[in-house]
Amino acid sequence: MTDFWTTPGGWTLLTLGQILLVTVGILLSCAFLIWGDRKLFAGVQMRKGPNVVGPFGLLQSFADLGKFLLKELIIPAGADKFVFLLAPLISVTLALGAWAAIPLAPHWIVSNINVGILYLFAVSSLGVYGIIMGGWASNSKYPFLGALRSAAQMISYEVSIGFVIVTVILLSGSMNLDVIVQKQAGGFLNWNVLGGAGPKGLIGAVVMIPMAVIFFISTLAETNRPPFDLPEAESELVAGYQVEYGSTPYMLFYLAETSNIILMSALTATLFFGGWHAPWPEGYLKGVSPLLVSLHGFFFFAIKTLFFFLLNGMVRAVVPRYRYDQLMRLGWKVFLPTSLAAVAAMGLIRVYWLTP
Amino acid sequence: MDLQAIAFWVLAIVIVVSALAVISARNPVHSVLFLITAFFSAAGLFVLLGAEFLAMLLVIVYVGAVAVLFLFVVMMLDVDFAALKEGFARYLPLGALVAGALVIEMVIVSMAVAQGGAAGRHAMPLTATPHATNVEMIGRVLYTDYIYYFQAAGLVLLVAMIGAIVLTLKHRPDVRRQNVADQVARTPAKGMRVVQIKPGEGLAP
Repeated sequence: MTDFWTTPGGWTLLTLGQILLVTVGILLSCAFLIWGDRKLFAGVQMRKGPNVVGPFGLLQSFADLGKFLLKELIIPAGADKFVFLLAPLISVTLALGAWAAIPLAPHWIVSNINVGILYLFAVSSLGVYGIIMGGWASNSKYPFLGALRSAAQMISYEVSIGFVIVTVILLSGSMNLDVIVQKQAGGFLNWNVLGGAGPKGLIGAVVMIPMAVIFFISTLAETNRPPFDLPEAESELVAGYQVEYGSTPYMLFYLAETSNIILMSALTATLFFGGWHAPWPEGYLKGVSPLLVSLHGFFFFAIKTLFFFLLNGMVRAVVPRYRYDQLMRLGWKVFLPTSLAAVAAMGLIRVYWLTP
Repeated sequence: MDLQAIAFWVLAIVIVVSALAVISARNPVHSVLFLITAFFSAAGLFVLLGAEFLAMLLVIVYVGAVAVLFLFVVMMLDVDFAALKEGFARYLPLGALVAGALVIEMVIVSMAVAQGGAAGRHAMPLTATPHATNVEMIGRVLYTDYIYYFQAAGLVLLVAMIGAIVLTLKHRPDVRRQNVADQVARTPAKGMRVVQIKPGEGLAP
């Protein structure tokens, strides 16, 4: 039976099954995390939030799904029909495709590629196309302004994300996400955010803690979340690039956004906070069946991802929106020099301190 | 035909078709979108060659940044399509000249590669092994044999960047800019004063 899975046909089936499993998992977690996000948002504003559909309103997202699917699809006159419909598809494809390289648990990774971290960076940098194409194809002023803002903003913050990723690569010595996670084994002192090399590496924490903060803030900008949601600033641009969208295409945009936020939360957990490792040494896992080890890892991965997702939601609820020039200033004049200096500092630490 | 061959043919056909569409599409935005498709498929070919690092760089640099700026500029252009069509015959000789030069260069490059090319200096071909990844191999060649060219390329980019800044930087004295450090350093003592106003007198400025 094991032979079958190594043949091309079996391998294809197996991979398709894994992809399906991960996709369904992401979609389900999107549904419940949207609910959680709305509850959190409501809690901050002292409202109840969704509480009608199902117990505690848990099934609200599914009711919304039905509503979106049954609505009439309206394509504005003068819109570029093909690009208009392609934009949400591209968004959602990229958002789900990025999950292929994320190590969910020990041995639970769809595609363990050597340049996994670059793959994620590439896919997240492609995410801007969905927005810019949607904004342009709508043939309307507000979406176009939203698309232009989004393009400038996402490119600006990609630069600092790139440099932050370089510091992590320097620290781990690998671009393979699975290796990056494995190097952070053995308790929270080995997490990249604290220098990634036990008590001796704590000096690296001086560099890596600010990097983790910059990464988190940049992911907010990269996913167009408040306080950086200028592309869809509802008080100025109505809803930015999404103005002309309704029905299923709108739902796809929304799904892509949520999936991207979860992805970025997972990436923060993976790069800085040990991925699927527990915050303590995991010696007790020796001799335990691989499935239990994977479940143990997945539990911690899920907890960390959930934490950053809720942090994201909390920022959305309590922080006011940035002005556009302030956004650009933060990206180019604060984050870029800081992360550039951090790359140099990390290189020095790596060469002169951590190498015996 | 194995899976790799199928992937190659699919990618190659997509590249050729979208490259043709770049020059034949009526709408310039569609042209740029086809160009992006071609870039992306070329990255796929790099993956098939085992050069996954180059593939990712192609996507990050060209598709993720350069092509976005293309798209950005082309979207904001107000293109007169009739005027575009008129110039075809006039620009044909020049275009043919450029195309011819490019073809000759490509042939020279492919011949050089066929004869060993840049990697010919090494007795062993530098291919990725399970012990040393693609990235490591590129790094070893780039920072040893080609370190001067690499640094020179970096300097050229630096000069270009500074040039762009010098060309566009304007110090306008009449524009009031936000100074964040000043704003953060402001304290209640500096920012306001508490006054007692007697009824009917008002406040002297």
